[in-house]
Amino acid sequence: MTIAEFTPRATLAILPEILLVLLAGILLGLDLLWRPSQRVALGWVAAAGVLAILVATAIFSLPEPDEPLLLGGMVRHDWLGFSFTLLILFAAMVTCLISTQVSGVGDRGEYYALLLITTMGMTLMASAADLILLYLSIETTSIPLYILAGFLKSDDKSTESGLKYFLFGALTSTVMLYGFSLLYGFAGETNLYFLAEKVNAAQVSPVVLGAGAILVLVGFGFKVAIVPFHFWTPDVYEGAPTPITAFISTASKAAGFAVLVRVMVLAFPGIEGFWAAVLAAIAAATMTLGNVVALTQSNIKRLLAYSSIAHAGYALIGLVALSGFGAASLMFYLLAYVVTNLAAFAVVILFARSAGSEQIADYAGLSRRSPWLALALLVALLSLAGMPPLAGFVAKVFVFAAAVQSGLIWLAFAGVLNAIVGLYYYLTVLKVVYLYRSEDEDKPISVPRSYAVALVACIAAILIVGIASAPWLEWTVAAAASLY
Amino acid sequence: MTFPFLSVIIFTPIVAGVILLFFPAERHDRIRRFALAAASLDLLLSLYVYLSYDQSLAGYQFIEKASWIPRLGISYYVGVDGMSAPLVLLTGVVMFTGVLITWKLDDRPREFFTFLFILATGVFGVFASLDLFLLFFFYEIAVFPMYLLISIWGWKVTREYAAMKLTLYLFIGSVVSLVGALVMYFTSGLNTFDMLLLEGAGFSTAFQQLWFPFVFFGFAVLGGIFPFHNWSPDGHVAAPTAVSMFHAGVLMKLGAFAALRVGIMLLPEGARFWAPLILVLGSVNVVYGAFIAMVQTDFKYVIGFSSVSHMGLVMLGFATLNRNGLTGAGLQMFSHGVMTALFFAVVGMVYDQAHTRDLPKLGGFAKAMPLVAVAFIIGGLVSMGMPGLSGFIAEFPIFMGLWQTQPIVALVVVISIVVTAAYIMRIIGRVFFGAMPVELDGHVGDVILQDKVALVLLSGILILVGIYPAVMAPMVQNGADAILRLIGAGS
Repeated sequence: MTIAEFTPRATLAILPEILLVLLAGILLGLDLLWRPSQRVALGWVAAAGVLAILVATAIFSLPEPDEPLLLGGMVRHDWLGFSFTLLILFAAMVTCLISTQVSGVGDRGEYYALLLITTMGMTLMASAADLILLYLSIETTSIPLYILAGFLKSDDKSTESGLKYFLFGALTSTVMLYGFSLLYGFAGETNLYFLAEKVNAAQVSPVVLGAGAILVLVGFGFKVAIVPFHFWTPDVYEGAPTPITAFISTASKAAGFAVLVRVMVLAFPGIEGFWAAVLAAIAAATMTLGNVVALTQSNIKRLLAYSSIAHAGYALIGLVALSGFGAASLMFYLLAYVVTNLAAFAVVILFARSAGSEQIADYAGLSRRSPWLALALLVALLSLAGMPPLAGFVAKVFVFAAAVQSGLIWLAFAGVLNAIVGLYYYLTVLKVVYLYRSEDEDKPISVPRSYAVALVACIAAILIVGIASAPWLEWTVAAAASLY
Repeated sequence: MTFPFLSVIIFTPIVAGVILLFFPAERHDRIRRFALAAASLDLLLSLYVYLSYDQSLAGYQFIEKASWIPRLGISYYVGVDGMSAPLVLLTGVVMFTGVLITWKLDDRPREFFTFLFILATGVFGVFASLDLFLLFFFYEIAVFPMYLLISIWGWKVTREYAAMKLTLYLFIGSVVSLVGALVMYFTSGLNTFDMLLLEGAGFSTAFQQLWFPFVFFGFAVLGGIFPFHNWSPDGHVAAPTAVSMFHAGVLMKLGAFAALRVGIMLLPEGARFWAPLILVLGSVNVVYGAFIAMVQTDFKYVIGFSSVSHMGLVMLGFATLNRNGLTGAGLQMFSHGVMTALFFAVVGMVYDQAHTRDLPKLGGFAKAMPLVAVAFIIGGLVSMGMPGLSGFIAEFPIFMGLWQTQPIVALVVVISIVVTAAYIMRIIGRVFFGAMPVELDGHVGDVILQDKVALVLLSGILILVGIYPAVMAPMVQNGADAILRLIGAGS
């Protein structure tokens, strides 16, 4: 593999990043020019802009098979990065739409600008092929997210959330950086695609290399919130403004998985068996812990936080399977999870906006207050639980199939048993929504247009991915194949 | 390209259910009429499929196949054979009568019918699936609406507990089977979920013996096999009438059918190895279920446990692995489905009037609702296996099959006939005859026309199959022969 000379194509490869920075600038400008009453439209501008970027990326930035390493080897323009970029952009678009009516963030230009910058960091994470750029993009993602999590300055919980996220993030990021430096020390090389070869040539002891792998895993584990690096999740999710919670739990997790897959597969092929075994144990622990602790939650954001931990565990099964189909199933799982979780959070925001509560008990009577919103929550939660004909079902079948294919039958059993626990607490929420009565049943819940658009987009995606699964699976298989 | 009968049958309910959501919530009459129209369409189509199934050709008919997820060899592949065609008809009948019985529901009927119809789509789909993945897809679709149907519209006292218990039991069973199915898929190396191809995969004997229990018992949970039957009486009792009918009438068959189709037909060697255990468990079902039914004081619990008892006969029929037993099991699935739907319909009608199901507090209903009493007595006679009714046609071959394989089991199980007769007689005496308690006297009126239509239809089917078994028995025998060829080929 060689690094391509600079060509115009290299610019197209980072087209989404360039456009995102431009859009962030435009939003800051509009924020200055517009009167406060006009600023409510900022969310629409941001969402429309991201949609335009998404379309432009899909048309102009298609990866080409030859010489994918561009820009001095910093970026690898392949189907893996491309697919994750589109997924992250979709999540960013929905996040903008569901931010519009949230007080304290929805009419703030700097909020959207920060959101777009962190999105840019994530898309770079997805295609970074060099340790240096990888680290920079992770930090570009994290730092705006710390600010966004603590964006509601007057809210103690939000401030706590931002600070906690920052402290955990900073710590794990340092450990990860130490891991990177070890890798560089072994190989004298920072490019992921040449690293393994040089590490092999240097005959590094597998024990030391394994230690490096663990250090790197700390950083990635924090990003995707797997056990034992999950402790920040519930508090940060609960305190952060809900659209940011949605964004952290979807796009940030997806970007984290993108680098996790790329780095583990490329940098540590020699000790595959070792890290796969570690990750298999982590996957089982993550699913179990996330699901079991979710059982006792009374706050919907905390419940979704623990459920998102559990879902990271399911997705990890795809990586542990160490096969092309496994990596594809991981991507498919993330696709299903991202669209589903965004829908769930959209409902949470709408409910909190009208009813002023995030307690599950207060969801009583929702099916009478707003039958369509209740139905949207039903679809989202059942998809998370893995019920057909929704996206979550096929996604779960694929990761379990990947596990069985690689002979990890125990992990498949751990997965399906966890799915049962998951079903239990999702049904508990639905029971409150559909069964319990409340005194507020005559108070309808208003659904502003931007939220309706976001919900329709997500629910449609859940159904399409769940029923017409074949093209998406083909796509993820192609993306997984482009990794090597 | 022929008309896709099965697809129309499968998807009519779910499409109708989604359309229902757009009806104004308070227009109950329009909602009911639309639901009835959809159910009638499905009943007519399933009757057509049943009647035009060509027995001289046998095998799978009304086949439709379309590629779905080609990379994994998953296709949309449906068709019916002699075993499944009667079950498709059964589902059509129960769906139609279920809508009729629910005519008076006033709490959110729109949502009720939507969830009920999603359930119906899942059930039709499982009976018609020839693709293993598709079967799971529909199977899970059938599981989750139950939760909402029971917990929202069920009996207030136990609904939350029973709904959750039922859903978790069934889900555990299905995901355990799913792992088994995935293992079968990868072990076969055929890269297909097509069950007809997997039948010829030639799994090793050791493999079949290892995985058969996972697949078979995973599904048999829904068939109510002992000791996993525990969800069923609680679920039946807590469910609203139409859902109890669906549940005991169709869903338990779904479990038994899937256990047959995936467990026995794909892993015949495993079935042979584990058949003695199924025989034992099935006998426990039959005898224990009947005795427990005997001591219940709640009308609905009696019927709930009678289902456990009768489904045991289906399992026994499977476990004989011979022609008589399998034919009987197939007939029993149909006959018990209709009979138990009739029973639960009657329980619902009595409860609506009396507001209690406590047997000592009931009595004299035959005078107030004569047709209901007649229908229940017909169902009762079916339940006892009286000649001239469908129960006899179904149970007699099962006992013959048992006698051929395990005479001792047959002898033990025969006890249940006596016990069944006892508890059915007891109910008929307690509920329909004798004097009506003072507090009910004068408050009990007759049922509405829709209820009567449902009762006449259900009991008519029981009589028809009983006096003229040729309408069903040869077809089921056809299906049983196909299974026997698989079992024979495996030995």
